[in-house]
Amino acid sequence: MIRVFGFLVGITFAGVLLISLISGVATYFADPPAALASTVFHEEPKALHLTSDGPFGKFDNRQLQRGFQVFSEVCTACHSLKLVAFRDLKQIGYNEPEVKKIASDWKIQVPSINDQTGEPATRPAIMSDTFPAPFANEVAARAANNNALPPDLSLITKAREGGAAYVYSLITGYQTQPAALLKQFPDAKTPDGLYYNPYFANLNIAMPPPLTSNGQVSYADGTNPTVDQMAKDIAAFLVWTAEPDLARRHADGIAVTIFLLFATVLGYMAYTQLWAEAKRKVAPVGPLDSANKARRSRAARAARITTSG
Amino acid sequence: MSFSWAKPYEPKSALARWMDDRMPLPRLVYGAIGGGYPVPRNLNYFWNFGVLAGIFLTIQIVTGIVLAMHFMASADGGAFNTVNQLIMRDVNAGWLLRYAHMNGASFFFIVTYIHIFRGLYYGSYKAPRELVWMLGLVIYLLMMATAFMGYVLPWGQMSYWGAQVITGFFSAFPLVGEPIRVWLLGGYAPDQATVTRFFSLHYLLPFVIFGVVILHIWALHIPGSSNPTGVDVKNERDTLPFHPFYTAKDGWFAGAFLTLFVIVTYFAPDYLGHPDNYIPANPLSTPAHIVPEWYFWPFYAILKSFTVNFVLPAKLWGVLAMFSSILLLFLLPWLDTSPVRSGNYRPIFKRFFWLLVIDVALLGWAGGFAPTPMRVAVGQAATIYYFLHFLVILPIVGRIETPLPLPDSISSSVLHGEDAESAPAAIASKRPPRAKTVTAAN
Repeated sequence: MIRVFGFLVGITFAGVLLISLISGVATYFADPPAALASTVFHEEPKALHLTSDGPFGKFDNRQLQRGFQVFSEVCTACHSLKLVAFRDLKQIGYNEPEVKKIASDWKIQVPSINDQTGEPATRPAIMSDTFPAPFANEVAARAANNNALPPDLSLITKAREGGAAYVYSLITGYQTQPAALLKQFPDAKTPDGLYYNPYFANLNIAMPPPLTSNGQVSYADGTNPTVDQMAKDIAAFLVWTAEPDLARRHADGIAVTIFLLFATVLGYMAYTQLWAEAKRKVAPVGPLDSANKARRSRAARAARITTSG
Repeated sequence: MSFSWAKPYEPKSALARWMDDRMPLPRLVYGAIGGGYPVPRNLNYFWNFGVLAGIFLTIQIVTGIVLAMHFMASADGGAFNTVNQLIMRDVNAGWLLRYAHMNGASFFFIVTYIHIFRGLYYGSYKAPRELVWMLGLVIYLLMMATAFMGYVLPWGQMSYWGAQVITGFFSAFPLVGEPIRVWLLGGYAPDQATVTRFFSLHYLLPFVIFGVVILHIWALHIPGSSNPTGVDVKNERDTLPFHPFYTAKDGWFAGAFLTLFVIVTYFAPDYLGHPDNYIPANPLSTPAHIVPEWYFWPFYAILKSFTVNFVLPAKLWGVLAMFSSILLLFLLPWLDTSPVRSGNYRPIFKRFFWLLVIDVALLGWAGGFAPTPMRVAVGQAATIYYFLHFLVILPIVGRIETPLPLPDSISSSVLHGEDAESAPAAIASKRPPRAKTVTAAN
């Protein structure tokens, strides 16, 4: 009964699926799906190598500080960094007085209230504050950015396929729309107010090119601030903001892996030793079987004879 | 215990005797996972995955309880921020707890899938172990519910839209569907009520799983474990006590598998996740492709394979097929007509089994990525095979197949020529002449 019922259910599902499959294939050949500019001209992120890559990766604090400089002079005009606190900057090599100064000098103040009147007010940031957002709310952010919302950057390298390489490629990827694209897709012209960028999912991004000229930021450590260098540094910085504990994670991971491998080898040796006997000893028939050995040594003891086993 | 030669528990100290007379918990443990549980001596490494599943359940419960101390189930940014700011940055080793919990879920499913496929290949679902199999499926269903609700809790984009899509399954049913969906979500769309209730249930269900695991093991211990030959245990020569033999084997293998787990957790913690879940949930912005976690991909492919409204709406077909794809496994003991358990002795079944493994992998591939015409077609073909395999092929194969001759007993299949007469030279040379041993001593 169960099998008859099952057979009917199976045949029904298979039949309906076959109809779906055939109609899908027929549609595909009768009306092939049109190519889209965003699939034909989209590009995968360029290769980017950072010191934090790989299982032994660590952050390069000088690079992170340069990235932070780019963030504070360029990105912060539109983007927030809500999950990162000023005190976290101590992890990338700033000392406490420096961090205090960075917080109190930060151009955006922290929303607060007036102590006396309770009216909304602002105050300078302190170490425990997270980076204040440039816009009070989403409406204000969209109003100032051609109706696009600049995403929070705290987790951006985790929240995009390709991570840091994507950020680096996007920032350095602005170009004029290729003539080949317009020839193939005449309707796909980049609208006014958007910018062509083949690394962006739909090719047209609302963010204006953030890094436009070499020397836009003057690095405190004397590194030559080319657009490429600045893009790499901000990408590295955003890897850090996404996971400040990354270097710690790598270091711990190596220790834990070595410990577990060692424990596994010990466990394996114990296992083989234990089973060496068990695998032979299917039945206590041979003289080496422990049951027979024990019987023998008992007999030997009873006869007061010392044997070597 | 089932076998007459199972060693009874012997309390070794006065305290143990005192305890044994009043509440014989040590006796229970000894009989369940100690020296008092005789296990077939020929188990291969596929039999380690049950214990591993128990280990991962424990890891999930322990990490989850600590994470819950820091988590706030709040839809307006609170849940996302407590996970991504408080736990990942400020809680001591919070990042480790969270990554271990995230990847622990994936590894729990990996070991469970291997455990299930082992059962499929070696016929572990056949009499007298039908209830072991069915209780295992109940655990699997509970795991799916728990994992789904856990994935909603960080309240990222995939959390939100996953909740939207998965509860949306119910709205495919006419009349009752939409009210059920609203009742499950506590509103018309995922919101505060959803997060709070999912958190509550996500905390509850692992303990329900733990309870069913106990039933699963209890039911297993009545007939005892199956084995790669599928031949019943006949006498003491066929078994070894669970402890120390299988505790040692499980022990080192668990070490090896946990090494793999920590490598992923420490060095590629986000590899098995989706980047979109690091974007806070936004009801106004739908992700380009909503996909569940990898362990649901095959079922997602089955759901999406129905594209034509044939008598019933395509969506309803998809939902019915998806639920059936799991529920039919409950009937497996009666669908498979062959009396032979192990696939090793079933030449035709064996081929179809490997076809099923490939089929499920293809379903996963079809369900996990953006639907292209190619992927949809492959998903449909693979779904057809999935249903035919269980509902049509298995019942027929059992009837037409001639199984290979089975060994007389487990011990005869693993003797390795260890009978004294046929001992390999290497070992034979180490053995003193048989009859003279005792006389020499005399």
